Amino acid sequence: MPERVHEITLTVNGTVRRVAVPGRRLLSDCLRHDLGLTGTHVGCEHGVCGCCTVLLDGEPVRSCLTFAVTADGHEITTVEGLADGERMSPVQRAFAECHGLQCGFCTPGFLCTVTALLRENPAPTDEEVLEGISGNLCRCTGYQNIIKAVHRAAELTAEES
Amino acid sequence: MDFLRPTTWAEALAAKADRPEAVPIQGGTDVMVELNFDLHRPAALLDLNQVAELAEWTSEEDGRLRVGAGVPYVRLIAELGNRLPGLAQAARTVGSPQIRNRGTVGGNLGAASPAGDSHPPLLAGDAVIEVESAARGVRMIPAAEFYVGVKRSALEPDELIRAFRMSPATGPQYFSKVGTRNAMVIAVCSFAIALHPAERRVGTGIGSAAPTPRRALAAEEFLAAELDWDARLDPAVLARFGELAAEAASPIDDVRGTADYRRHAIGVMARRTLTWAWNEFRSGHFERRAG
Ligand SMILES: Cc1cc2nc3c(=O)[nH]c(=O)nc-3n(C[C@H](O)[C@H](O)[C@H](O)COP(=O)(O)OP(=O)(O)OC[C@H]3O[C@@H](n4cnc5c(N)ncnc54)[C@H](O)[C@@H]3O)c2cc1C
Ligand code: FES
Ligand code: FES
Repeated sequence: MPERVHEITLTVNGTVRRVAVPGRRLLSDCLRHDLGLTGTHVGCEHGVCGCCTVLLDGEPVRSCLTFAVTADGHEITTVEGLADGERMSPVQRAFAECHGLQCGFCTPGFLCTVTALLRENPAPTDEEVLEGISGNLCRCTGYQNIIKAVHRAAELTAEES
Repeated sequence: MDFLRPTTWAEALAAKADRPEAVPIQGGTDVMVELNFDLHRPAALLDLNQVAELAEWTSEEDGRLRVGAGVPYVRLIAELGNRLPGLAQAARTVGSPQIRNRGTVGGNLGAASPAGDSHPPLLAGDAVIEVESAARGVRMIPAAEFYVGVKRSALEPDELIRAFRMSPATGPQYFSKVGTRNAMVIAVCSFAIALHPAERRVGTGIGSAAPTPRRALAAEEFLAAELDWDARLDPAVLARFGELAAEAASPIDDVRGTADYRRHAIGVMARRTLTWAWNEFRSGHFERRAG
């Protein structure tokens, strides 16, 4: 029996996208394969590593633990949607400036998580940063530069607003 | 795999009656891990995310809170943290921010894992689980009767969890958990306490140290008989409470910890949480905050 296909509408990075997906298509796979947005990375598919974090109606969630169908009608921001046109967002620039990435595999997830973190808490303490990024794993950096980047992003955001 | 997407509670109940084998999904933070692991392939999934009433909470006429099964931890913490402090403390330890944005107490109850962090505070705070089926209507199940075995609850195949009901705290409540501090932490063991000063009673809940979450009943009875509510905490009472709490556990050895370690840790957490709660109670801090 062919699997039933669901027509869904996602607003991805501000653009309305209609896609037809089987019920068990993960949001991460839908973004990467159906919509060609390969910036969202998939590390573990067990909800652990946080690479696949995207913003669902502005809140960071794991796209590997979300069905595309469940996101029907909602707004999604992926790493591709963080920049303002050609200009990287403050969080993106801070990660580059502070060497908050090496291989970059974990970076899209961190960027989405940190974007939401700073929106809620524009000047977090070290402890709040640690708590905020506790659901994102990085095998390369040892986190210190990521934490610096979060504080730098907070500064940049404050300077530019 | 069929994907059922009811938009009202009545439709959800009808779908579950029609397809009792359908696996409900709320935040998906448990179900999806199992699916991605390929642990099981359900014939149908019942997505409850469009059932708006599940994501609401209300104050009932009897003074209790009725919290929909679909209220995510992040909202429980923000909106009910003052009134359900023990549960909110536990919720803060669940996974990571991304998990708390999606995960729910309803899903924790549905999974009924002995390690679920909601269970000890639900037990200590006398929560009642509201479940419903199209055929038999609503059943109110006290938390202590809800957990029946490892990952098994009193829920029937045609039933869904609608909400849990719990009184706003009338005294200090604390939760303590042993585990590595990051996402993917399954508690090695956990303990919750709730003081019920008006009834001169203390509620408890033990997590991850028995086949099901459970109350430390003998420890509760001991405190009901021996605790002098107008005095400082007697060290002998505190010590005995810890022993009785540890005896209530029947833990196993596994990769996360040995049975002996768990029993020991339960005793330590029982003493610690009672001390915290008692200090808060005696300082009058709780009344001031509640008032
Ligand atoms: C990285 C990671 C870390 C985690 N850390 C913790 C932790 O620290 N502590 C902890 O307790 N848990 C943890 N979990 C497990 C999970 O997040 C929690 O159990 C959460 O409460 C599940 O809620 P949910 O809404 O996502 O449930 P779902 O995955 O949607 O559902 C869970 C179960 O409940 C059933 N169900 C859901 N809603 C209903 C309903 N209304 N009626 C009947 N059945 C229903 C489902 O069929 C399923 O069996 C973690 C998970 C991950 C991926
Ligand atoms: S890929 Fe989703 S958390 Fe690892
Ligand atoms: S930069 Fe390589 S995993 Fe984080």
